[in-house]
Amino acid sequence: MKSRPDLPASKSATWKGCPTGGRQIGAGDWMPVLFACIRAPGNLPLAIECARGFSPYIEENPPDTVIFDLRGLESLYGPPEKLAREIERRIGVPAAIAIAENPDAAMHAAHGFGSVTVVQPGREAEALAPLSVNLLGMTGMSAATAESLDLWGIRTFGELAKLPPLGVAARLGEEGVHLQRLARGEGDRQLRPMVDPLEFEEEMELDDAVESIEALSFILSRLLNDVCARLAGRALATNEIRLRLTLENAPEHSTALKLPVPMLDVKAFLKMLQLDLSGRTPGAPVLKVKLRAEPVKPRRTQHGLFVPSSPEPEKLELTVARLRSLVGEGQVGTPELRNTHRPDSFVMRGFAPKAGMAAVAKAPVTEGGVSARLCLRRFRPPRVAQVIVVNRQPVRIASPSVSGRVVMAKGPWRSSGEWWREAGAEDGAWNRDEWDVALESGALYRLFHDAAGGRWFLEGSYD
Amino acid sequence: MGAALLQLRTEMRARFDVPFEVRRRPDLEQIPTGIPAIDQLTAGGIPRGTMSEICGAESTGRTALMFTILSQATRRGECCAWIDTSGVFDPASAAEAGVDLDCVLWVNCGGNAQHALKSTDLLIQGGGFGLVVLDLADTANETARRIPLASWFRLRHAAERTGAALVAVERQINARSCSALQIEMRRKNPVWAGRLLRGIVSRAESRKNYRLRVAELEVVR
Repeated sequence: MKSRPDLPASKSATWKGCPTGGRQIGAGDWMPVLFACIRAPGNLPLAIECARGFSPYIEENPPDTVIFDLRGLESLYGPPEKLAREIERRIGVPAAIAIAENPDAAMHAAHGFGSVTVVQPGREAEALAPLSVNLLGMTGMSAATAESLDLWGIRTFGELAKLPPLGVAARLGEEGVHLQRLARGEGDRQLRPMVDPLEFEEEMELDDAVESIEALSFILSRLLNDVCARLAGRALATNEIRLRLTLENAPEHSTALKLPVPMLDVKAFLKMLQLDLSGRTPGAPVLKVKLRAEPVKPRRTQHGLFVPSSPEPEKLELTVARLRSLVGEGQVGTPELRNTHRPDSFVMRGFAPKAGMAAVAKAPVTEGGVSARLCLRRFRPPRVAQVIVVNRQPVRIASPSVSGRVVMAKGPWRSSGEWWREAGAEDGAWNRDEWDVALESGALYRLFHDAAGGRWFLEGSYD
Repeated sequence: MGAALLQLRTEMRARFDVPFEVRRRPDLEQIPTGIPAIDQLTAGGIPRGTMSEICGAESTGRTALMFTILSQATRRGECCAWIDTSGVFDPASAAEAGVDLDCVLWVNCGGNAQHALKSTDLLIQGGGFGLVVLDLADTANETARRIPLASWFRLRHAAERTGAALVAVERQINARSCSALQIEMRRKNPVWAGRLLRGIVSRAESRKNYRLRVAELEVVR
């Protein structure tokens, strides 16, 4: 083994007779460091798949190369030669395979030689000597350096390795020194392992189609448990769960649970999916279930001692899902007023109390008190009314719910907008005259006359 | 005899909650309404951890009073819920009354009183809401009267457990002994000025006290 003074063997390893130059794995362990490189033109996915069978530490070098760590595999597969043959057997397609003590030497050998190459530790310079210096272009050799080497007549790794280091440093600088070390097979960089994209997806194909939601719940529970366990293993939570059901003789049924806060509660997810499925049944037997969770960082909040309590987000989401299944979609939430003068214009969005809501809350008015403001209780939709008008003033109203003589009427107040749209549509133009009227019963109403339709409506009662 | 009684009490206490003792209720914390006359009438505001009722006919200022209480609660950063039996909640009016809509969960029950009761139950049992309003003001008296007393007791008990202030807005008192505070609103007169409806003057009567107390509520536009 090659001596590496910067990485001395442990005391116990030295006692066992192991030379220096390896990595200390643990007390008493000594492990030589080996890297394998596979170059499989046109078969990079196969090469990656093969490398995964040997090591979790894989560096991907597109378009056709992977390098991976073989540390500790000698006890399983024997010496590096056997290991290389095993890699060749497993990949199953023509590929150049090289094993060396550092990633760069393995990569250069795989690119420079075909088939299987094992670079013996300590003999890298000798093994790599016949390779063309053009291979150094893979490791970032600049065009100016390549031109200089070409002018000097340097064609191979061996010729570059033999140049005096001081002269190389003086003429080519730091880059030249680095390239010369690579040509001697002395690279000492670490692997840049590829990171798997975080995907939390589970699916299950069913032998027999499932028809009832109750039976489907068992499958969902299992998939949710698996996905949540994987999320928990990475200290993550989710804010969106997508469920896709492949149906028998019917188009795919999909649903998405969008959560206002990151959660990781299997029971809550299952209940929400059950509520969603009972509200929108798939309509055909289920053949395949696919569940996917979007990973996000979990929620961390610090509660204050003097902050008013707010609902637990997990519990609240479940409660809102239950309410939604009870009263219908779009009937539960927080109203957000639109920036328009159109009457009763708002959008319903999900209720999400902010964690810092109390911190930004204004102090309630105490000194001097506040005045109650007149409010409208709005009829949805406005109720059609028969109105008798005398001298341009409504004097009697008749509708299925409200009837009576008008004792006081103030108006009209004209309101109109969005004239460029067609009248009558939901988002169309509006043009109306509003009246505030008091009936003989004492109740106060807002009445309006729609100019487009020519009809009278009761918009609401004042309270 | 005394020892036997003591042993019996000990055994019963292990199985039942306070079997032989009078259950003392803690002093109720209150949400100030912000309207001095109403705070005086209710001796501090709307009590938490119990149920209150505000009743009255149309245009007596029930909603205006409730929106004022809601605005005070939301200004404190409390989460509030408005269970709207008839779907008449007007977000624009609420915003004008100073309600922070971000703190309000609105449940539109589309005229179904049973759904409204169940929604109220779900929200109160869930906990975390400072004020829960059950709006039955447009529900017919016949329907509201059919709500069993057991349902009201259940809601009151849930409010006691979670500390929420539950307020029912109705045409007439329905929960009877279940509500700790009952305010009846009576219409006095509307205020007209020129070509405008300027407001309403109403009379609020506290009906849960031994002696009737009355306050005047001025609702302005």
